[in-house]
Amino acid sequence: MTTDDLLTVSQFSVSYDVTPPVEAVRNVSLTVRRGEILGLAGESGCGKTTLAYGIQRLLKPPAVITSGSAVFHDESGEDFDINTMDEIQMRAFRWEKASMVFQGAMNALNPIITIGAQLQDVFSTHRPAMTRTERRLESGRLLDLVGVGSNRLRSYPHELSGGMRQRVMIAMALALKPQLMIMDEPTTALDVLVQREIIEQISELRAEFGFSVIFITHDLPLLLEISDRIAVMRDGRIVEIDTARKLYENPTHDYTRRLLASFPSLTGERGGFVRRPGEPALDEEAGSIR
Amino acid sequence: MTTLEFKNVSKKYRVRGSGELLALDKVSFTLTSGQTIALVGQSGSGKSTIAKILTQLERVSSGEVLLDGTPIPTWGRPLRRYRQSVRMVFQDPFASLNPAHTIRHHIERPLRLDKVVPADQVEEEVFRLLNRVRLSPEQTIDRRPHELSGGQRQRVAIARALASRPALLIADEPVSMLDVSIRLEVLNLLAELQREANLGVLYITHDLATARHFSDEIMVLHHGTVVERGKADDVILRPQHPYTRALRDASPDPEKHFAVPTTPGATS
Repeated sequence: MTTDDLLTVSQFSVSYDVTPPVEAVRNVSLTVRRGEILGLAGESGCGKTTLAYGIQRLLKPPAVITSGSAVFHDESGEDFDINTMDEIQMRAFRWEKASMVFQGAMNALNPIITIGAQLQDVFSTHRPAMTRTERRLESGRLLDLVGVGSNRLRSYPHELSGGMRQRVMIAMALALKPQLMIMDEPTTALDVLVQREIIEQISELRAEFGFSVIFITHDLPLLLEISDRIAVMRDGRIVEIDTARKLYENPTHDYTRRLLASFPSLTGERGGFVRRPGEPALDEEAGSIR
Repeated sequence: MTTLEFKNVSKKYRVRGSGELLALDKVSFTLTSGQTIALVGQSGSGKSTIAKILTQLERVSSGEVLLDGTPIPTWGRPLRRYRQSVRMVFQDPFASLNPAHTIRHHIERPLRLDKVVPADQVEEEVFRLLNRVRLSPEQTIDRRPHELSGGQRQRVAIARALASRPALLIADEPVSMLDVSIRLEVLNLLAELQREANLGVLYITHDLATARHFSDEIMVLHHGTVVERGKADDVILRPQHPYTRALRDASPDPEKHFAVPTTPGATS
C-alpha cells in the first residue's frame, strides 16, 4: 500500500566534486514505511551518512546530489520533494517533518548554553506564536519524556553524562513530533548498559508517537535487534535490503554474510573466530593489507 | 614463565572540588605468560587505570604490583627494563604512531634502545617483525603512518610492542577503532602471536562477545572492584554476579533475539 510509505528515495546519487570525483552514494532506491525502524548498516566510507544528509539536503559543497529524488509523503496527503523545495520551505521541513540525531551527538550541544535554552530554540524558530512560559513548559516536558527530568533545564551539557546528553539530543529531535527521525550512530560512543537504555527508550517513544526511524550504525547485532528492516550499504550502493530476521537467517549477498560473520556470537559457538590457527582471512579485501 | 601480580591495589585520583575518586578498590589478580585475560566493565569502571598502573604511567595509592615476586620498579633503568617485558597496544592507531616517522623508525627504536639484537641485525629483525604481523616489509617499511589503513597501522603498533620480546602484552581496546570487517582479523592475529610467543595478554574491552572468544578468562570490573572472574564461557553463559548478568543482557545478541519468534522492533 502506497499510503503506508513515508519516504521514497529513488535513484539517489551523491558525488563529492573533488578530483577525481568520489561517488559516495550511487543510485540508491529505498522506501521507509510509516512507523518502521529501518536500519542502515555499513562500514566507514560506505556512504550511509552521506545518504542521510542527502535526504535532508544538508550536504555542503563539494558534495552534490547528482541524480534521483527523495519524496516525503506527509500524513496530510501532501508530498514534499526535497529537490524542488526552496531554502525557506526546506528550513520549515527539517525538524518539523524529519529531524536528525547527529553522529557524535554527545558533542553536538553548545557547551556554553543551558540545555533548556537549546531546546527552547527549536520552538522559537518553528513555533513563533508560543509564549516564553509555554516554551519552557514544553521543553521541560520533553526532558521528562526522555528520562532526563525537567529539573535539568538549567544544566549545561558538561554537567550531564554522555547518556543524558544523548537523551537531550533525542528530546530535541522529538520536539516537533516529526514523522521521521534519522539517527546517525546515536549510541556508538556509549557503553552497553547506557546503549540498552537509550535503545529501549527509542522503542517506547516510537510505540507512543508512531514515527519512523532511519537508524544508521555499523553495529549489525544491535540493528538486528531493533530494526524492522535493514539495508546493507557498501561503496555507495545498497547491496541487500530485507527484514531483520531474513537478513540474519538467510542473507543473500556475500558482503552481508561477511559482515554478519564479523561479529562473533555472544552466547553461541565460536564460529570462525580465533583459536583456530590457519583460518583464512575474512575476505580478499582484508587480505590486501599484505 | 613470568607472573605479574596485583595485590590489593587501590588507586585514588584527586578530583578538583569533590575530593577523591577511588578508581580501584583493593584489586588483586595475577597474569601469567601464556594466559589471556579479558578485562571488561563499563566506562569509568577502572579498566584503563589498571593498564596505566601496569605500564607505570600511574602509581598505586596502596597495595603492590609484583613481577615474579618483586615489586615493579618506578623509575630509571629498572623501570625501562620492566617496560621491556610488559608492552602495550593502544586503542587508537591513528594517534599512537608518530606521523613524522617511517614505519622502520617505529620498530627500530625499541630494538635499538633495548638492544634486542646486535646493531647489524636490526634491519633483518624489522623485516621479521613486519612479516610476523603479516605486513609486507618491502611495501610498508619506508612509509609513514598516514599512508596506511587503520588495520595496517594497528599491525605496526603490534609489531612495535613485540619488538622488545615482552612476556606480557596489554591490549587496551585494540580493535574498537577499526572497521568491523577487519576487527576479527586483527584479533585472530593477536591470538596467533600470543600462542607463538606464549605471551600473557590482558585484553581490555567492553565487547563481551570478543572477550569471550579471545580469552581464557574474563575479569569483570565494576566501580573499581573485581566482581567476578572465571573461565570465559562460565562468566558469559553462567554469570554469578548481577552486574555481569546486566552487562551480558545489555549486549546485543541476535542469536538469542531470533531464537524465539518476536515482534520485530521489540527490544526487551
